[in-house]
Amino acid sequence: MTALLAAERIEAGYGDSRAVAGVSLAVEPGEVLALVGANGAGKSTLLRVLAGAHRPDAGRVLLHGDDVTQVRDFERNRLGVSLVPEGRRLFASLTVRDNLEIGAGSRRTGTWTVDTVVDALPMLGDLLERNASQLSGGQQQAVAIGRGLMSNPEVLLLDEVSLGLAPIVIDELYASLAAVRRGGLGIVLVEQDLERTVAVADRIACMLEGHAVLEGTPATLTRAQITDAYFGHEVASW
Amino acid sequence: MVIVNALVQGVLLGGLFAMAALGLSIAFGILRVVNLAHGEIMTVGAYLAAVALSSLGVDVWVSLLLVVPLLGVVGYWVQRLLLQRALTLGELAPLLVTFGIAIIIPNALIELFTTNKQAIPTGSLAVRSIRVADGVSIGVLPLLTMVIAVLLIAGTQQFLARTRSGRYMRAAADDSDTLRLMGVDHRRVYASAMGLAFAIAALAGVFFGMRQGGVTPFDGQLMVLFAFEAVIIGGLGSLWGTLAGGIVLGVAQTLAGVVSPELPLLVGNLVFLAVLVLRPTGIVRSKVVA
Repeated sequence: MTALLAAERIEAGYGDSRAVAGVSLAVEPGEVLALVGANGAGKSTLLRVLAGAHRPDAGRVLLHGDDVTQVRDFERNRLGVSLVPEGRRLFASLTVRDNLEIGAGSRRTGTWTVDTVVDALPMLGDLLERNASQLSGGQQQAVAIGRGLMSNPEVLLLDEVSLGLAPIVIDELYASLAAVRRGGLGIVLVEQDLERTVAVADRIACMLEGHAVLEGTPATLTRAQITDAYFGHEVASW
Repeated sequence: MVIVNALVQGVLLGGLFAMAALGLSIAFGILRVVNLAHGEIMTVGAYLAAVALSSLGVDVWVSLLLVVPLLGVVGYWVQRLLLQRALTLGELAPLLVTFGIAIIIPNALIELFTTNKQAIPTGSLAVRSIRVADGVSIGVLPLLTMVIAVLLIAGTQQFLARTRSGRYMRAAADDSDTLRLMGVDHRRVYASAMGLAFAIAALAGVFFGMRQGGVTPFDGQLMVLFAFEAVIIGGLGSLWGTLAGGIVLGVAQTLAGVVSPELPLLVGNLVFLAVLVLRPTGIVRSKVVA
């Protein structure tokens, strides 16, 4: 069966520094694939390669089996790949509503509108006319996720959802992810927070120093295996 | 009453400076490009109007319907083909490209039209005025210029706030890389913004030409100086700041003109320098994207 979005032997980096070294992975429709690993493991670079925001040195990115490696970021968004970038990157001078509406820049049609996004992320309800720069970190992250959904993507790439947020806010955001998972949306979730990631993921891939070192489902992987792969104590192969 | 008259004339002159500064403000506020050729684009606008007047026999208002959209299209493609490539080379490259354009245009105009002034006749409009008090008259053309400048600024503000294209421009000013992730080609957004800046520059150039009765190849050098001064006095990237900056500059020049006809340029430049030293962020605190 052809995967929704797949990376094949991706190598990518910055200058002489290799951030991703020959990683392959795939996400299926309706699946949450969690990509875990310590800081600097190459997760965010891989996510940016999947989104078309970073050109790989080698390897291929396949969407429904079609090679989209050379397709640029804005065109890849129009094909249904949406990245919620690390650090939220909201348009600070615009309102929440403006940010959400700009998220629909690809003009893909589907069920996600400003109203349905607010239904899925209730904390945005009273904030639509507020300037994005006036929001708390958690509210900004909710806007970033909502903005990512507005393009009605087939794959949502979430980079470090919980970074810098209070635990109670992270709980609320993760609770919202359940409402976001609908209509066969595939999600690749990059996180450093193992606990929460394992709780929502259908499958887990662990990266260490640019390599994919472990993959499996939460049911088949033990906590010790994931922790070892995460910190590189005892690298498992797959 | 001489001072009052000078104040009134200065405010109205500020409308012309604001119109000249608006395109510059858009280019800087959205694209972060300092367009050193802005004055020359205004000059080209005035020349095209002069050509339309002499060769097509249309009046100056009809010529605007041709010149403004034409330079808008030119601006779009200058951004797509020249400045966008330069932007990938670093921040200095677009500055050098616009500097090059600023040198090429006057020389090309000399080749095509000589250095003689090309007339932009406006009939009786240039001399018509409204007497508001003893010793105080308002010229119809300066008043019209001010009204159009205010409408342009308000219209641009509404365009940026209320339209999809305007929102894209503001988002591109914030973070063009992230805008690309939303499925929007930022190059088109930038090109549209530059098209808007060129179109407004063309309009301002024609109004400058109307006020002076014509245009010469070197007028751009003075126009860009006034435009830069108005933008910086008002606050870099601020739309309403261009109007405030234009009025401050206009009033400074006309009041200096009361003392001596040789002083306006000098005093205008001194006011500009004083604002740079005392309030480098300008007198209006808002952004083009706000």
